[in-house]
Amino acid sequence: MAVPVDNLTKPTPPSSTLRFAFGNVIAFFILLLIGVLAFSIRLFSVIKYESVIHEFDPYFNYRVTQFLTKNGIYDFWNWFDDRTWYPLGRVIGGTVYPGLTLTAGTIWEVLQSLNIPLSVETVCVFTAPVFSAFAAWATYLLTKEVKGTGAGLTAAVLLAMVPSYISRSVAGSYDNEAVAIFALIFTFYLYIKTLNTGSLFYATLNSIAYFYMVCSWGGYTFIINLIPMHVLLCIVTGRYSSRLYIAYAPLVVLGTLLAALVPVVGFNAVMTSEHFASFLVFIVIHVVALAYYIKGILSPKMFKVAATLVVSVGLVVCCAVVAILLAVVASSPTKGWSGRSLSLLDPTYASKYIPIIASVSEHQPPTWPSYFMDLNVLAFLVPAGIIACFAPLSDASSFVILYLVMSVYFSGVMVRLMLVLAPAACIMSGIALSEAFDVFTRSIKFYISNLSEFLQTDAGDTLPGNNVSPQNEVLKNEKKEDTLKERPSRKNKKKEKENIEKPSVKSKTEKRPLVLPVEASFFALFLTVLLGGFYVVHSVWAAAEAYSAPSIVLTSHSHDGLHVFDDFREAYAWLSHNTEVDDKVASWWDYGYQTTAMANRTVIVDNNTWNNTHIATVGTAMSSPEKAAWEIFNSLDVKYVLVVFGGLVGYPSDDINKFLWMVRIGGGVFPHIKEPDYLRDGQYRIDSQATPTMLNSLMYKLSYFRFVETDGGKGYDRVRRTEIGKKYFKLTHFEEVFTTHHWMVRIYKLKPQKNRIRGKTKKSKSKTSSTTPRSGTVKKNPWH
Amino acid sequence: MVKPATTKDDAHALFHSLRSAYSATPTNLKIIDLYVVFAVFTALIQVAYMAIVGSFPFNSFLSGVLSCVGTAVLAVCLRIQVNKENKEFKDLPPERAFADFVLCNLVLHLVIMNFLG
Repeated sequence: MAVPVDNLTKPTPPSSTLRFAFGNVIAFFILLLIGVLAFSIRLFSVIKYESVIHEFDPYFNYRVTQFLTKNGIYDFWNWFDDRTWYPLGRVIGGTVYPGLTLTAGTIWEVLQSLNIPLSVETVCVFTAPVFSAFAAWATYLLTKEVKGTGAGLTAAVLLAMVPSYISRSVAGSYDNEAVAIFALIFTFYLYIKTLNTGSLFYATLNSIAYFYMVCSWGGYTFIINLIPMHVLLCIVTGRYSSRLYIAYAPLVVLGTLLAALVPVVGFNAVMTSEHFASFLVFIVIHVVALAYYIKGILSPKMFKVAATLVVSVGLVVCCAVVAILLAVVASSPTKGWSGRSLSLLDPTYASKYIPIIASVSEHQPPTWPSYFMDLNVLAFLVPAGIIACFAPLSDASSFVILYLVMSVYFSGVMVRLMLVLAPAACIMSGIALSEAFDVFTRSIKFYISNLSEFLQTDAGDTLPGNNVSPQNEVLKNEKKEDTLKERPSRKNKKKEKENIEKPSVKSKTEKRPLVLPVEASFFALFLTVLLGGFYVVHSVWAAAEAYSAPSIVLTSHSHDGLHVFDDFREAYAWLSHNTEVDDKVASWWDYGYQTTAMANRTVIVDNNTWNNTHIATVGTAMSSPEKAAWEIFNSLDVKYVLVVFGGLVGYPSDDINKFLWMVRIGGGVFPHIKEPDYLRDGQYRIDSQATPTMLNSLMYKLSYFRFVETDGGKGYDRVRRTEIGKKYFKLTHFEEVFTTHHWMVRIYKLKPQKNRIRGKTKKSKSKTSSTTPRSGTVKKNPWH
Repeated sequence: MVKPATTKDDAHALFHSLRSAYSATPTNLKIIDLYVVFAVFTALIQVAYMAIVGSFPFNSFLSGVLSCVGTAVLAVCLRIQVNKENKEFKDLPPERAFADFVLCNLVLHLVIMNFLG
């Protein structure tokens, strides 16, 4: 049997290396195309609207980046911002995650030094698509470590287009997640690489990538809790190895140090409960490593003796340490966790204790349709991927399974965290699709090679040759399949296994490969390609229609064409041109970042929402009658009040719809604001059935002042779909200074206090004139 | 009566077997082990000092203790990679292991110097 086999092995090596090289080149070009795809699918908003920064939070990041590029890094670290949270100010250097701004600032600096004059805004707008291309490549690397090149390419393509990631990284969405997801996947890739190779070099790189993640996003706690969980899982399932120690222990030490370097985290890296898991598992892995080492150098009998001794002594020590730890942790009211982390662990926590966290729409649990909208086809490819990961189970695939399970739980708590689920789903689906393709193409190849063998045996071989050649063909098929399988799965460890496999294959004469009937596999291949087609169509639609709205410019299609509502920028431009530089503007906290960035005026509260009492003060002022509101705003040196009103055009996210949160947050701090005063039959109403407190509140008056002039006396609110309750009224303490074209933003100025109070006589004369009858024509002075 | 004696005997036998097994390890590994013990000992001294004097400034204490713990951990990783009995690392040249060790130490101490204050 040896001789004909040798004849067959000679021509295969050169062709297999050629195949390797060809495959590598194709993989490189596919990756390049995937990067281009990830970049270009996020450009819809730039094409449909303009290259503008979206939403609210990105404006703050943009303003910080502007400051960084203008003043340099030392001023940035020490920046105290006095144009926000007046009169408190905000320490920007110590409360912002600097990763995103430093990245964009570095890119701008590099481009400037190359004499490419891109403005800071352009760099900020296009940072997210560029980093999503990097994230797709990082997904390829990660999945290649788990399953091989084919799965890697599929996962990268899926991630480039998954709608959940597109929603937070379109061109213009200049937010932390734009770079943080790339950092997350890259950190996980380096961790798996260290786990697979056991090299300290990759462990160092892993710590540096983790540092970049800590700089970028508060979600880094996910990494520092997931990796210890995975280490514990490996230990418990008996997969402990020295590579695990090398992968984990340096990461904990270096990672904690690097996390403490970032000013936002600081000493929280060693003192909050979010990091305790990593320290606990650090101790556990040292105990396990010691146990394995002693087991290695002792005889089994002696090891049993050692074990009993250690267990009896160790249990006592352990209980003492755990008791002390529990006492320390239980003494703090939140058990050492931060508010946001607690609301992740106990989903009802925020709604009970911290209404601000509960009011953000991103922090609500997702609905079932949103899973399908954001993940589409991946939602049901993921279970297939889980099964594919179990056959065979390795350290890397157990990690990916754990990552998926954890992210599914957290995405169920907060819709914003669907973003963390997206890479896990893409990896799993990539593995599943790649395995499916493997089986189908293997079946087709087997069928083709059987067909060619059948034709060859038909072409008149001699009888003894007849016995030899079919077996040779079978062997050649096996070897072909082995070389085919070798290309997609090129792990260092597996090479040894396959070298062992080859001689065993040669020894067997017949081995049944796992194939499906060829018609089924053709049909299934066609259906899988169709599935991919559906996914692509949905992703492009989601990117173009659902997730590309800049929300600072609104459009609507009607029978007479496209209407553009640019009211926000109109209002901010008016503010920046018609007010003094030091004037203070009060509005609800949603618009704080945009006001400071675009109008360049000092605001009272903004989206950072770090001071609940200050926000409650503004909320109380908005809910109080005019005089009380004037008093509150005057005490804060406010000159202008800005409200957003959508009743004329039907814009649903205006301040009247947010009014219930103003009442709740204000009432949480100032007990004289009682929510039932504003409710009629348990509902907020602004029509004729509204309560008098509601009709007298500042928010109602500022929103509907002169509203009846727009539709000839009816005052029909298009959002609430009723006519308003109080139609004709005058403002006594405020005056309207600007209303935008579609009445969406309305700016009012505080009237100064009057010098002379008319109608009030001096005290000496009051006794003599107190008897004069007061007629109904005496004007009631509002300043009393 | 018999039990404590056997436990003591067991403990003695365990101690002796541990000692004899450990003395069989090569000298270079013993040097690394000595370094690890030194680093951990230094860390304990620092913790005792902090307990006496107080924890201000906290960042200096943290960087000092973590640098000791860090070099101990890295030395253990080096020992794992250089140990000839470890089959997973038999095709890793010890020079490469030492170079990785030096690189990681460099990064660690750069961070420490930055954080020391």
